[in-house]
Amino acid sequence: MSGQTLYDKLWQNHLIEARDDGSALIYIDLQLIHEVTSPQAFEGLRLAGRKPWRRDAILAVPDHNISTDSAERAAGVAAIADPVSRLQVQTLDENCADFDLVKFEMNDVRQGIVHVVGPEQGATLPGMTVVCGDSHTSTHGALGALAHGIGTSEVEHVLATQTLIQKKMKNMLVRIDGQLQPGVTAKDVALAVIGKIGTAGGTGCAIEFGGQVIRDMSMEGRMTLCNMSIEAGARAGMVAVDDTTIDYVKGRPYAPAGEMWDVAVSAWRELHSDPDAQFDTVVELAGEEIKPQVTWGTSPEMVVPVDGSVPDPAAFSDATRRAAATRALEYMGLAAGTPITDIKLDRVFIGSCTNSRIEDLRAAAAVVKGRRVADSIKQAMVVPGSGQVKKQAEAEGLDRIFIDAGLEWREPGCSMCLAMNADKLGAGEHCASTSNRNFEGRQGFGGRTHLVSPAMAAAAAVAGHFVDVRDWKEV
Amino acid sequence: MKAFTVENGLVAPMDRANVDTDLIIPKQFLKSIKRSGFGPNLFDELRYLDEGQPGQDCSARPINPEFPLNFPRYAGASILLARENFGCGSSREHAPWALEDYGFRCIIAPSFADIFYNNCFKNGLLPIELDVQLVDRLFGEMYASEGYQLTVDLQRQRVVTPSGEEIAFEVDAFRRHCLLEGLDDIGLTLQREDAIRAFEAQWRERSPWLFDAIR
Repeated sequence: MSGQTLYDKLWQNHLIEARDDGSALIYIDLQLIHEVTSPQAFEGLRLAGRKPWRRDAILAVPDHNISTDSAERAAGVAAIADPVSRLQVQTLDENCADFDLVKFEMNDVRQGIVHVVGPEQGATLPGMTVVCGDSHTSTHGALGALAHGIGTSEVEHVLATQTLIQKKMKNMLVRIDGQLQPGVTAKDVALAVIGKIGTAGGTGCAIEFGGQVIRDMSMEGRMTLCNMSIEAGARAGMVAVDDTTIDYVKGRPYAPAGEMWDVAVSAWRELHSDPDAQFDTVVELAGEEIKPQVTWGTSPEMVVPVDGSVPDPAAFSDATRRAAATRALEYMGLAAGTPITDIKLDRVFIGSCTNSRIEDLRAAAAVVKGRRVADSIKQAMVVPGSGQVKKQAEAEGLDRIFIDAGLEWREPGCSMCLAMNADKLGAGEHCASTSNRNFEGRQGFGGRTHLVSPAMAAAAAVAGHFVDVRDWKEV
Repeated sequence: MKAFTVENGLVAPMDRANVDTDLIIPKQFLKSIKRSGFGPNLFDELRYLDEGQPGQDCSARPINPEFPLNFPRYAGASILLARENFGCGSSREHAPWALEDYGFRCIIAPSFADIFYNNCFKNGLLPIELDVQLVDRLFGEMYASEGYQLTVDLQRQRVVTPSGEEIAFEVDAFRRHCLLEGLDDIGLTLQREDAIRAFEAQWRERSPWLFDAIR
């Protein structure tokens, strides 16, 4: 018998019972909760007279529709300008109070985007099963956990039973060997993978990212990569536990300490695929060949390297893809053959659960240091992923670098990634965004999103159009 | 949950690949704390010419005359014919809620995104995967014949076309059972409470650091 993959091990560890019909009941260690996908779940719980199964397996934080404006935030929940958003945040507060759940208040320094907060607080640990009513829950797989998004009915199911009914996914290995070029980041790797396998390439699979590039990657980078697994169609992405993982977890508030730490670490050391493990699919990329990536269309798979051009739909042999590309170019207001570096931008967004961690902000700050945002840019904003990231960035003086360069320095939240709050694009505006989805209307009605890395977004803010950050000279 | 047994209904097209959940129900409508009322905002950005707002009376909005769901011939459709990777993107269950609230009971496509597919079954909505060429043929038949209807029989796992052709489809036995009976799966899972408790006890023994940390 061949060895087990990391996913096989995580699955096996959490399997309560397998059923004859192919479904299985699996145990959930941690559920993260936010304001948008939980109200109906709590309501269902209440209507059925049920209570959360384990309150110590739940952590709640508002992030999706709160303001990132300092003045509005300082005034508290009661002062949230949009009454519909306010009600949703208040409903989360009430639900957590009623069921006695741990929740970080909107202005708590520990508050932030749920997928930044979980690992940062040590709530997410290696070897866990983690769920949240948000597809980017795949982020937490970076710690060697099985983590994926669920719908609201399943949020309620986990609250009530601490379990999920699942079917085992297939195993996919994405191996990136070699070394990345300077200026090429985890975001570029994620986009290059999606460009290669497509947005449905990982459907039905759990992806493990491996190879030298991943072993050399920081935890922040691994989180960026696992975060975007869902954009490749895979509910879950993951990375084996190594010293980088363990060093990251050590000393975090909810992480084990003392003797318990040593016991935990020895268990976590097993969390890797066995050398003889079999994968259903293996995808390989060479690290050296990956260039900074920019999306040109309305699906993350519509991506090319920065030195490329907007493709001609006629070049797609498949009729459905050709139609999609034609429609995308129309929506984006782009002509086939336009060099990517000729695309003019209106706004720049640096943030989201994909790219709002300290390393992302450092990379962006290094690019804009001593420079100014181009006059043609209407707005360039930096939204840190959490209060802790914000504090750390301010301690390093990154906020000053951004502000001096003409970027806005905001309060933590999901912000313009999905534009549920006031941060949004106007119709027809092009945005260099470090977020994860370039869908029609995602960042605002009629808005045109180009997904890029933080360094690429920062360079675009200064230039007013895309530039190859590999050629960037720091001042 | 509403049970699904047999659905005989008018078929409407959503003729593009990678329809994402932002397109199915845009983010501004996710601020609702309710589970119902999303139907008028299904495909909001395609259906209307203006930008929709939560709580607005949609009957007064300018509709997009080029969007098929606005064509009189598709009024009252309960089966949606779609393309590859339908429902990709966010995990928002508001997407199946909106489709169900609009009146759809069944979606036929060559493939679905995982989370969306799963969410459908929790809401009495049946997603059916059929071979891409077959779906293409159904699109052709539907466009050619106004009032085109299909019968979807979950018990027999068959889609029946107007000519009487029967097309078999696959569905997980457990999901099929829950949908046929309209079962709430929390209740079913809680019947296994002893097994969950037993698992939990040994898991706590093996991984004590996963317990009692968040409090």
